[in-house]
Amino acid sequence: MHHQGIPADVVIDIYTRVLRIRRFEEEVGRLFRQGQLPGFVHLYIGEEAVAAGVCAALTDEDTIVSTHRGHGHVIAKGGDFKRMMAELFGKASGYCKGKGGSMHIADFDIGMLGAIGIVGGGMPIAVGAGLSAWYRNSDRVSVCFFGDGAANEGSFHESLNLASTLTLPVIFVCENNQYGEFTPARHAMNISDIADRAAGYGIPGLVADGVDALEIYRVARAAVERARAGGGPTLIEAKTHRRGSHAEGEEAFLGGQTYRDEAELAAAQAKDPLLLLHTYVSEKEILPADKLEALDGEITASVQKAVAAARESPEPEIDSLYEDLWV
Amino acid sequence: MPRKTYVAAIQEALAEEMRRDPSVFLIGEDVRIGVFPSTRGLHAEFGDKRVIDTPISELAVAGAGIGAAITGLRPIVDLMFGTFLYLAFDQIANQAGAMRYMYGGQTKAPLVFMVQNGAGSSAGHHHSQAVHQFFMNMPQIKVVLPSSPYDGKGLLKSAIRDDNPVLFLHSLSLGGKRSDVPTEEYLIPIGAADIKRAGKDVTICAAGPTVYTALAAAQALASAGVDAEVIDLRSLSPWDKGAVLESVAKTGRFVAVDESFPTCSAASEWAATVAEEAFHQLKAPVQRVTNKDVPMPFSPVLEKAALPSADDVVAAARRTLA
Repeated sequence: MHHQGIPADVVIDIYTRVLRIRRFEEEVGRLFRQGQLPGFVHLYIGEEAVAAGVCAALTDEDTIVSTHRGHGHVIAKGGDFKRMMAELFGKASGYCKGKGGSMHIADFDIGMLGAIGIVGGGMPIAVGAGLSAWYRNSDRVSVCFFGDGAANEGSFHESLNLASTLTLPVIFVCENNQYGEFTPARHAMNISDIADRAAGYGIPGLVADGVDALEIYRVARAAVERARAGGGPTLIEAKTHRRGSHAEGEEAFLGGQTYRDEAELAAAQAKDPLLLLHTYVSEKEILPADKLEALDGEITASVQKAVAAARESPEPEIDSLYEDLWV
Repeated sequence: MPRKTYVAAIQEALAEEMRRDPSVFLIGEDVRIGVFPSTRGLHAEFGDKRVIDTPISELAVAGAGIGAAITGLRPIVDLMFGTFLYLAFDQIANQAGAMRYMYGGQTKAPLVFMVQNGAGSSAGHHHSQAVHQFFMNMPQIKVVLPSSPYDGKGLLKSAIRDDNPVLFLHSLSLGGKRSDVPTEEYLIPIGAADIKRAGKDVTICAAGPTVYTALAAAQALASAGVDAEVIDLRSLSPWDKGAVLESVAKTGRFVAVDESFPTCSAASEWAATVAEEAFHQLKAPVQRVTNKDVPMPFSPVLEKAALPSADDVVAAARRTLA
């Protein structure tokens, strides 16, 4: 890890994004285990460097499209803890007034065009956001986050090809966390690098260390510059690791079966993007220890405030069932 | 008033709306060449950015339309045949209609999906199915199926100006059909039916090409002394329930004519609604006349036999009068 060419304030910004995601997700995991959250929850723990590194390379006007594992993307783009947490509780004060839930959080004010619960479902939409930028001659870029699983969907092929043929400013960020649900990526494709598929579309395909937020930032920034300059799409494959489950509480539907080798799991857990960045920031004295601690305390407190606010928020009115329909 | 073909009326609607609003653009498969000639000539006037040819990638093109719509544009996505929408189902069913609701009203998706719907050109199962009934079943997708050049133009202009996703279905079998189309601007509201023939004995409800089947049946019935009312629904979602119920209150008899496969057809919905809400006004059981329950065959003779015919409609009307 190194930060050559990255100003210290940007490193701190990236570190803050990583930490915000981690503390939020840890709390969500706790709440889910306590049975306080309805539905399914897919945590982003272990993959924070990708969202943080990419979103730090974007402006507020740039847009992102996210996945079922989307909390990290919302937070990295600048999402609000209170409205997120309330949405996870299904409350009226949530981002989607309790109609979306964990897999459908959006914040259009910050260019977060929505989490999509269908694997690969967000890819065409991100192409459309890129099309929109191209149509208006704006320098806005569109980022599409998706997983290794989505790389095997037809929408991956159609979207990359369409973005390439129209030379659209779309950055496809594949978060290869090595598992599509419970199936290892190596069983789902006969190549080691999804980035290789970029060649089939005539666009650059780059492999990046998804644990290293600073590397992700550098790679993303180059892709963003290329897209803004009219160079078209880039496929970035961030090699990352799912530190935990596909979905929280998955034990309940696995019926005692296991699908991960203990050694592999331990190796994945050893590659901690937060620890790596924390160590780097401390050793390089980019932020002194007391400030690091204060930042952590501040973020943890704001997560707790969001939980308290979500608990106090009213349930949606039944009448709201019929709101937000046809304009 | 000039008489124009259906194709010409659609073309006029597209050109007028594109001139009126720079955020309106056309994207899809061979829209420059205009395989269905309704998009022909638009590229010459509007250029590369506003008439965009794409790869044959229905899923991505449909989704790109949605992405453009939620970021402020008003795309018209032309995917040629209704059956090709099956390849884009995720984007339409999971995203387009639901997004506004799912995201708590933060966004809207003003876009039009435009395809040809139904049979009549002996093109075989993959190019001859009517698909409207699937989309009627999807929350928050508007569906329009005009039967005349006049309605086609007015409804397409309304669809383009609508802030919601609209599926605009045109019919190859009506492509050459002519009707009066005024030179001055007009809109036809989505959701309003048109009474094509007033009558007092039996209500026949149809949309798209089956309107002509219903009218032919009404003429045959008239010569036998039966006075049928023919309703052209024009819009299938939302549909003009009020016009249908009002007519049934008058006639007490209901025949739904629909080019869908029978189970869960549009006719099923109309008939169920009439049975539910006008039961006490009915003098006879409701009748459905739909496609036969088989895939669409190629042979012109078989294709004709698979579709609802005027004879089928006359027979159904007679059952209500027996």
